[in-house]
Parts: sequence; C-alpha cells; structure tokens
Amino acid sequence: MQYQAPTRLDDVAALLASAGGHGRVMAGGTDLLARFAGGMPRPAVLVDIKRVAELMVIEQDSDGGFTVGAGVCGAAINENAILRQAWPGVTEAMDLIGSVQIQGRASLGGNLCNASPAADSVPALIAAGASCRILGSRGERTLAVADVIHSPGKTCLGTDEFIVSFYLPPRPARSADAYLRLIPRSEMDIAVAGAAVNLTLDDEGVVVSASVALGAVSPVPLLVPRAADVMLGTRLDNDVMVQLKSVVSASCRPINDKRGTIDYRNHVAGVLAVRAALIAGQRATAKERA
Amino acid sequence: MKQHICTHINGEAAEFLCDPGDTLLQVLRDNLQLTGTKEGCGSGDCGACSVMLDDRLVCSCLVLAVEAQHHQIGTVEGLATGDRLHPLQQAFLDHAALQCGICTPGFLVAAKALLDHNPSPTESEVRFWIAGNLCRCTGYDKIVRAILAAAENMRDSHAGAQS
Repeated sequence: MQYQAPTRLDDVAALLASAGGHGRVMAGGTDLLARFAGGMPRPAVLVDIKRVAELMVIEQDSDGGFTVGAGVCGAAINENAILRQAWPGVTEAMDLIGSVQIQGRASLGGNLCNASPAADSVPALIAAGASCRILGSRGERTLAVADVIHSPGKTCLGTDEFIVSFYLPPRPARSADAYLRLIPRSEMDIAVAGAAVNLTLDDEGVVVSASVALGAVSPVPLLVPRAADVMLGTRLDNDVMVQLKSVVSASCRPINDKRGTIDYRNHVAGVLAVRAALIAGQRATAKERA
Repeated sequence: MKQHICTHINGEAAEFLCDPGDTLLQVLRDNLQLTGTKEGCGSGDCGACSVMLDDRLVCSCLVLAVEAQHHQIGTVEGLATGDRLHPLQQAFLDHAALQCGICTPGFLVAAKALLDHNPSPTESEVRFWIAGNLCRCTGYDKIVRAILAAAENMRDSHAGAQS
C-alpha cells in the first residue's frame, strides 16, 4: 500500500484517477483502519485528505449557510458554537458517534462514505437538506446527501471521486433540528434506530416546513416525506404526534438482528421521531425568544 | 518502501522509518520502544492505546504512523517530570485505581486530556469522557475517584501558585 497525503484538491482527484479503482480515501480512518486490522485487503493507494485545506474548514456564508469540510473531525464540529446553535441536530448526531478518541478523528465525510445503515450523522444531514460537493478527475458535481448512499456499504461516488464538503443551507428564524437514537447503553454503541427531525415554525408556532429522516431501520437512511407532511400546519399537538408515530413506524423496513427485532425497531423509530420533533419544536421556539 | 517520518514525541524531535500500513501504536512500541502505550483491541474500542495527536485524544491503533509527519504526539511517558509523577499518576496510586494495569496508561492520557480541557469536571462528565477506555478489573469507580481527586489537587496547586 502506498500512502499519499496531497495538499491540493486536484491532486486528490488525480491520485484517485491514476489508482484506477485501487485507491481509497482516508479521512479520520476510524472505520477504514479498524477494517484493515480486521483483515480487509488494503488498497494500492491510500489518499489521506486531511492536509487539504478545503476539507478541513468550517465556514459560514454571508447568507447564513454553512460549509463543513468532509474531513473535519467531530470534536471540531462540536466546538463550533455558531454551527451548534444553527444546527443542533446535525452537531448532536455527529457527537453521538463513538468515544472522545473517535471524535478526535471521525468525520462527516467518512460517516457518509462508510455508508452504514446505522450512521448517526447521515439522517441528521438528510433531514437538514444538506448537499455535498463532490470532486472527481472529470469535474465537480453537487448531490443531496439523501442521494449519496446506494446500498449498505456502497455510495454512488465514482472511483475517482471524493467529497470535498457539506453544505447546510441558510434557514429562516424559528428553525431547529434534533436527532435521537436508541442504543442499549448510554455510550459507545451502534444505533438500534435513529430519527432526525428538522422544523421551521411561523410566528404563531405553526409548522411551515418539516423533514424527517430515519437511520438503522432500512438498508439506507430513509427520508420520510409522509411523516413530515403530518406535521405541516400543526402545532405538534398530541393527536399529531400519535399520527407521526404511526406513519414513521409504518415507513420502516428494518432487519431482525441481535440489536433489535423488526417490531421493536418499528416502534422505537416512531417514538424517537415524536421525541425529536418535540425537541426540534422547543428549540425553534427558544430561538424566537433568544 | 519504508517512509522516513519526522515528528515530535512528548515535546522532543523524533524520527523513524516505517511501512505506510504501520499504525502509530506499532511504531511507538516496536520501533521507538515507548511501550507505555498498550495494545488492547486494536480496533479503537478499548482506549488502551490512547495518545495525543496535536491537541486531540486519539486511539493510536487507528492512526497510521505516517500521519505523524510534522505533528505532535503525546504519550504516557510524557506525563511525569523526571522522578516526579503527574498528579493523575499519584492519584491513581493513592486511590488504588488500577489492578492489572494494562488500561492505566490509556486512562491517564485520556484523563489528562479531560483536565486540560475542563479543569473542574463533574463526576458525570468524567464518566462520559472515559467511556472510550475499558477496564476489566476496577469497576471504574476508583478510576473516577482518582480523576476527580487529581482535578481538585491540580486546581489547589494552581490556586496556590497564583496567590
């Protein structure tokens, strides 16, 4: 295995292209190096992207949108108070991944490209309407995060392509998001189910825009427009929450495994979506007061 | 092909040759004889190999040695000053916060990272911070007590030094 740590975006694309499918991008390496230790064959060329400036910055545009480099570690994301305030759901989802040690390395780009059905940051990014800037040897494209994962462990990125950064769009006042997951203990585990909710309220506290995304309950993280529709035009009253739970539970397509049965995952995803919606609603209201 | 890496370990310039696939943990232990850093799981779950990479606590089994080029590495060997133990090391002894000892260097490095970042952690903050360090012997309670005692001791010395 050859190790390369280029400092320019074009060099990353060129290295991946010349590796002809035998290259691999490494950001924090928390999934990749653990797999190498477990016996996974190593690529011919390993491209460490952490010395490329564009992949390691968090920037807020003048219109309020955020660009987060694909290699920025979870600890740096959660140390950014402005980003945390604007996107509490995205940042808390990232923060849930692994230990302090893992947070010092793990990135949004790695979590997405690892393409696990149970990735914590991915439902939060999808609910946030985040997109990613993808660069390859033949040029650049932008994709919604929701369209990146193709199947468990597989993305739609070409062998010469990599994610440069994520874009979180500007949002109106009284907007907030939340992410919750269930694990059997309080730290260091993989989600049995996860739910992200992103809301915007109007002056009267009525939901004017909503999105709901689920993790660990289908082969790929799931955007559930029907669940979002249930909340539109409401104040998240009890009857709406009952309906939200049943729509979410009915939308899941989980597997039975050691972490949870199908019935349990369906139920828990619904409960988490309701709780996340209420938290997002409270946060959006609190921002109005602030 | 071996790569030549120039880095800093515990504040001193260091260089080594390694294969691109070698982990930082392997190089610390096998090439540099810094065997204070322990190998536990080798997959980032147990924290026994915890070291500092610049200002971040990381598992050295999940860092390639080549990544250390021009960065700062901190290991448990850097905690004591000559014969004088770091207050955390002394607190671990005073509170009998170890039995077999293989997890201890990882806990010490992790605890120092916590106190550098938050000199007055609550018990709950200590417990969450060390969630990435596993110990099969102690049941964790004495480790938590030792970290809290060291924090208090370090705050007192700091206040004493200032007055």
